[in-house]
Amino acid sequence: MKRVVATVVLAVALIMSLALSAAASGGNVVVSFKSDVSTLDPAIGYDWQNWSIIKSIFNGLMDYVPGTTKLRTKLAKSYEISPDGLTYTFHLRDDVVFHNGRKVVASDVKYSLERVLNPETQSPGLGFYLGIKGAKAFSEGEAEEVSGIKVIDDHTIQFVLNEPNAAFLHILALNFSFVVPKEEVEKYGKDFGHHPVGTGAFRLKEWVLGQRLVLERNPDYFIPNRPQVDQITFLIGIEPTVALLKLQRGEVDILGDGIPPARFVQVMKDPKLSKLVEQGEQIQTGYVTLNTRVKPLDNKKVRQALNMAINKERICLMINNRAVPANQVLPPLMPGYDTEFSGYPYDPEKAKALLAEAGYSNGFSTVLYCSNVDPNPRIAQAIQQDLAAIGVNVEIKALAPSTVIQAGGTEGGAPMLWSGGMAWIADYPDPNNFYWPILASASATSGGWNWAWYSNPELDALAAKADTMVAPEEQEERLELWKKIYRQVMEDAPWIPIFHEKRFTMHSERLTGPEGIFVDPIHIPVNYEEVQIR
Amino acid sequence: MFRYILRRLIQAALVLVGVSVITFLLSYALPADPARMIAGRSATPETVEKIRHELGLDRPLPVQYFNYAWGLLHGDMGRSYVQKTEVTTLLKSRLPATIQLAVAGILFELILALPLGIIAALRKGKLTDQLTMVFAFFGVSAPQFALGLILLYFFGYRLSLVPLGGYGTLKHIILPGLTIGITGAGWYARVMRSSMLEVLSQQYIRTAKAKGVSKWAVVTKHALRNAILPIIAMIGLDIGIFMSGVVVVESVFAWPGIGQMAWQAIQLVDIPVIMGVVTVAAVAIVIGNLLADLVYPFLDPRIEYR
Repeated sequence: MKRVVATVVLAVALIMSLALSAAASGGNVVVSFKSDVSTLDPAIGYDWQNWSIIKSIFNGLMDYVPGTTKLRTKLAKSYEISPDGLTYTFHLRDDVVFHNGRKVVASDVKYSLERVLNPETQSPGLGFYLGIKGAKAFSEGEAEEVSGIKVIDDHTIQFVLNEPNAAFLHILALNFSFVVPKEEVEKYGKDFGHHPVGTGAFRLKEWVLGQRLVLERNPDYFIPNRPQVDQITFLIGIEPTVALLKLQRGEVDILGDGIPPARFVQVMKDPKLSKLVEQGEQIQTGYVTLNTRVKPLDNKKVRQALNMAINKERICLMINNRAVPANQVLPPLMPGYDTEFSGYPYDPEKAKALLAEAGYSNGFSTVLYCSNVDPNPRIAQAIQQDLAAIGVNVEIKALAPSTVIQAGGTEGGAPMLWSGGMAWIADYPDPNNFYWPILASASATSGGWNWAWYSNPELDALAAKADTMVAPEEQEERLELWKKIYRQVMEDAPWIPIFHEKRFTMHSERLTGPEGIFVDPIHIPVNYEEVQIR
Repeated sequence: MFRYILRRLIQAALVLVGVSVITFLLSYALPADPARMIAGRSATPETVEKIRHELGLDRPLPVQYFNYAWGLLHGDMGRSYVQKTEVTTLLKSRLPATIQLAVAGILFELILALPLGIIAALRKGKLTDQLTMVFAFFGVSAPQFALGLILLYFFGYRLSLVPLGGYGTLKHIILPGLTIGITGAGWYARVMRSSMLEVLSQQYIRTAKAKGVSKWAVVTKHALRNAILPIIAMIGLDIGIFMSGVVVVESVFAWPGIGQMAWQAIQLVDIPVIMGVVTVAAVAIVIGNLLADLVYPFLDPRIEYR
């Protein structure tokens, strides 16, 4: 009997200690990156690598529930939206301090946004905030301050918009709006991006250019029990192939650049290694733009025919199924994705018939632009073959991404353009982010990203109407409206949607965390605030 | 002699001015528009225009060059478009690693190449000679990327003798140094061999041998001093080339040198950084050549300054 009791006690103790160790926080997580982390200034950083790091050092009024695209408040305690959708009032938490010890007040929010709107800052996020009343005048130097950002008291701030914008809360969750302390920005000037001081879960400990960036836990962080680890070390300059070796040896916890393409199949077939890989989705669509202002692509029937000619399954297979075929503009993760819509079927015979109907029974010749970074030229070749099968002769121009973007943004510059490696990953999870910058009439301008030069004023009006629907009870109706808009886009066929890229995050066995954080749609490669060590 | 040095210095300065003009113009021949890249994809054309103005890109080209050259003379190379840090800060943080790797690489080259070249020359036509030259061929033709990864896999991953890349200790420098050493030693060994053969056929060597000097002494005391001259010139050139960074080796071994930075900057079209690296490389090559030219006459009194 004694022995049984002892065994039970031991077992309980063991389970307890296991449970405790699972919940215990601490430790150092190591992330490998090939390239230097560029700036950590939230007003400026706009690449996939610094985007999540900035989120762990700074905060904005809004944020997302970890692992999801659901909005929640962060620096704000609560907010109210006026019935006309033009005025947003935020009540700030009163327990937030910057890493330098100073309390955050409403004027810090105003300062941070005006900094983004000041052209001297050279913020790539400037365009997102021009919808605030008086923002345009301020950014053009015609006003001393943005009249539509009002500091009511130390803990209350109000935004007044020119037009209602249902995505405004998302825009306040973008890094550009994150709050920075004026005194530190002024102290470091243009070098603030290398001396970041924010309110976030981590603060900067050490940054050795070209070697490592070390963040340590912020003991004064306003969310209890976060972050879950003491330190995150970013090792810089590690080739993805070497990073994989390091992960196998336990020197690296997360492959920041993902699994090296050359080793992908091998890793996924290895029972031990594939267990360390988590698969998820991205809010991304890769598409071919069909320039509606270039002959014969200005003919809707021709564009529809091309839509039926592409074997998307084969293209996904070519890249080892690291993507799923697309039949519409929006990716499945995006609210408003139309599960009942099936798009154009793959049917070369019907495509040929449609081409003949349009008066091109002998086909035609055109040019397809694409990025010269693998696998994009290979994908362009697959498209070229598919189109040759219906008599369309395509010449491929594989060039540096910046050159391709330039061609796309020039009227008549690129008849067809494969967007892979350049567009479009959502800035924020709202369907209007796939319309205004890349499909709206207003974006069909020189230097814009509407590479199909698609313009449908009726849809512009509907999209504007959708943006006025800000009330919570209108949201279902709003998504239905967006579905209608995107169905019409597919009918007009300015694009051939090809695929939605998947995400593969490889991490060491000792790493864990709440559901979904390794494929968090907002954080690449991982949500640093939520990650834990077993 | 001073006139010679002065003339060489003036030549070097002219070369550098030429380099600055060419790099400046090249960066403007690029199809990428830096203002648009900074502005990002959500920018309106007006925003791009404002950023172009902030960068001074809307001024006439000669004015821009003058500003650039004026800055350069004051040690100001501008700020990186991507990192927003001063280019001189970035270069300074990277230079020590590159200098260390260059020195280590050259040392490994010499350690491997000199004995091989000498042995091959002494055993000319025999199996040893042929084996040595096969090694030289192998070294010259092995891609640094593949060789580096193979070394890393065996000595780092399999045997755990050295770290898997990185920077800091003597252990970190062995593999990258060795990779440069093996790939570069081939050239040195072949030059050493032919130079040694030429010297060994000279009259004074025969005289020394006739006097009964031991073979060892003939080689080390009499032949080596003359045979090594072309190697000195090669080292001078190598210093210059290595100072612009050993792009491939630095990438494989996570070596935080200038080459790695240059590679990143080229991919991101970070023009100020690219220009900074080119400038440093040009200065290093000019200095390397200058040193080789100046050291030569000390080692060989037959060469005169003119």
